[in-house]
Amino acid sequence: MSAAAAALPLAAAGEVGEGFFRERSADTRPCQATDALFCFGWARDNIGEYVTPAIEHVELVAISVVVGFAIAFALSLLAHRNAWLRPPLLGATGVLYTIPSIAFFFLLLPITGFGRDSAVIALSAYTLQIIYRNTMTGLANVSPSVKDAARGMGLTERQILWRVELPLATPEIVAGLRIATVSTVALATLAFFIGAGGLGEPIYEFITFKTNIIIAGGLAMAIAVAFDAILLLAQRRATPWRRAAAQ
Amino acid sequence: MAEGGGAVSAALALAAPPLASFQGAVEFIFTPQSSSVTGGKTVGGLEQVVELTLTQLEVTFLALALALAVALPIGLYLGHRGTGELLAVGLGNAGRAIPELALIAFMAAAIGVGLLNVTIALAILGIPPILTNAFVGVRQVDRASVDAARGMGMSELEVLRKVELPLAVPTLMTGVRGATINIVATATIAPLAGVLTLGDFIINRNVYGDDGVLAGAILVALLALALELSLAGLQRALTSKGLKVSIA
Repeated sequence: MSAAAAALPLAAAGEVGEGFFRERSADTRPCQATDALFCFGWARDNIGEYVTPAIEHVELVAISVVVGFAIAFALSLLAHRNAWLRPPLLGATGVLYTIPSIAFFFLLLPITGFGRDSAVIALSAYTLQIIYRNTMTGLANVSPSVKDAARGMGLTERQILWRVELPLATPEIVAGLRIATVSTVALATLAFFIGAGGLGEPIYEFITFKTNIIIAGGLAMAIAVAFDAILLLAQRRATPWRRAAAQ
Repeated sequence: MAEGGGAVSAALALAAPPLASFQGAVEFIFTPQSSSVTGGKTVGGLEQVVELTLTQLEVTFLALALALAVALPIGLYLGHRGTGELLAVGLGNAGRAIPELALIAFMAAAIGVGLLNVTIALAILGIPPILTNAFVGVRQVDRASVDAARGMGMSELEVLRKVELPLAVPTLMTGVRGATINIVATATIAPLAGVLTLGDFIINRNVYGDDGVLAGAILVALLALALELSLAGLQRALTSKGLKVSIA
């Protein structure tokens, strides 16, 4: 087995000619020979190669988080109304959260096969627990006196949920959404293993070239920061009363 | 269907890739199969499964120990002092954004392959959640309890060890569990950096076949769930009786 261990990184390097940098592998040699941490010239000439994987990455994360949020949010509302659902839902989402994404992708291999479907199912399953937990915490933290006041004003239980409890729980819900999104951006670098593309593909296809890893990894982190900032801004706009209270 | 030995059946397999079956995966785990690529060599079987599982556990525990050794003292100290919130919490947030694949690949390309380098890379993933949760756990301890402990004549170290740390156990263990899940999951791609874990079955599909890939996925999932269950048990054992009563 130790022979295979030594052969593996070399095998990965040998695949370069077949894949992503098919026409450009020769260009990287002068840069790799210098063993520089980052080759700016190469990066400038090849940055365009990363656009498609980056877009795939954003799409994959967006779809997975939207699906995960829709399911987790619906489950939270169900559990909010039916307390007996809470322990089994916490346990079930906990199991889905614990299964490593890369294993989850391939557990779906006999069912949904290669492609984006398997990646989306596994990545959205991973987000369920984070979003579910935060939504439940947010709903639980709404003060009973606020709900009493709403009831006193003649709101029905459904109106209280949508007009009082959920708006007040929004910061907690968005906090969960932000954690889930940022984690999913990082995990989506593994989605190419199941044929769903993303920024993991260029990393893997030229895995010994540091400049390549820094560009693709850096792009993934930039995407995570961008998603995080967008969600934070959306939350600020959705909860104007918090700004008013802070001033 | 996945045991095609000759060149003809290999070509056929390429034309219509056989989907893995759970039955085939279970067979792969218990009995060695002949690989379609490596000729006479056999792959899979309990012996190899045990070997790769042990390697994955080894690198996971080494990385967890290293992460604990670095993050725990810093997190507890900052929490006790009540300073460095920006560092402790910001690090936790930034840590989640690190792409696991890029980290492993970069460590392998920059400092080389091998157990030590993979351990360091995995520990980097484990440090943020442990540090943040240690900080938050100690920080949220009721100040009145801490004052009472000081009033009883405890030294700062005693306050931390006998009061703050026990009260912080639930939060701290949440961080340790999160770190462990992330470390054992990322240890799955350690074969990319020359450490053969169960992920080898998943990553080297051309060697192990689709049944091997599925077997690897099943084993990795079971390993992660087993680790999570044992840590949940450990958390219950470490949580002081007084805290359990107050929660219930």
